[in-house]
Amino acid sequence: MNLISLVMPFGVFVALMAAVGLYCLIVTRDMLRVILALEVITKAVTLLLIVGGLVSGHMALAQALVITLIVIEVVVIVVAAGIVIAVYKHTGTLDIRRLRNLKG
Amino acid sequence: MDPTFLKQQLLMNIILMGAMLLGAVATVMLRQLVKAAIALAFTSVVLCIVMFKLNAPWAAVFELSVCAGLITVVFISAVSLVKPATEEERAAHIRFKTRRYFLLPLVLLLVGVGMSYLTGQPLPLPAAESAGTELRSLLWGSRSLDLLGQVLVLLAGVWGVVVLFKEEK
Repeated sequence: MNLISLVMPFGVFVALMAAVGLYCLIVTRDMLRVILALEVITKAVTLLLIVGGLVSGHMALAQALVITLIVIEVVVIVVAAGIVIAVYKHTGTLDIRRLRNLKG
Repeated sequence: MDPTFLKQQLLMNIILMGAMLLGAVATVMLRQLVKAAIALAFTSVVLCIVMFKLNAPWAAVFELSVCAGLITVVFISAVSLVKPATEEERAAHIRFKTRRYFLLPLVLLLVGVGMSYLTGQPLPLPAAESAGTELRSLLWGSRSLDLLGQVLVLLAGVWGVVVLFKEEK
């Protein structure tokens, strides 16, 4: 058993977490749950970056990328939550199917 | 390295990753959004522990303070601005959940088996593993443009929220 076999399970779990997030993103109709699903996918990507840094030996670079990812993630989530609240105030629902104002 | 130690580490990693996956499934499956946000915070905390174990303390601190802290606060604030679901909506959500999420275990099984096969193959490693530069010098030296970009992204986010919640005069 070596370092590589130690990090192998991470690949499986990263894929499983991304699958959970993507599945929720496809089936949900709740706007806040869409943001939660995005967050779950981002967690999987964060872990993948760290494991990539560990395997390649560039851990400092991986950490720098993760910090950048976290900052961007926060801004995306805050603006998305703001948009959801603004839409809720306008339509009175979180159902994403009601957002058909721009439908041609 | 000692094989027994490596086996213990492997077992610990699998337990932590299992907890993280459970947190992720709870995040998407729980009916109440507040509980879902707390499950997401739990996922972040476990990810933070995994990062510490993988020798990434700076990223772990950011994950714990920002993702487990700030984002949970943002979610709970957003949920508190929304009216609680009525009995009818709750019943509809349970019906919807059983109808829509019944494929999730099958998808997870397929992805798990597929990835187990793929990660069972030898992993191509770089020829020479670099020792890894120190994070501080890397961030402020070679990645300083990234930091400028982060500041701009943060400003854009703040400006976005200000525009969204602008009151009519």
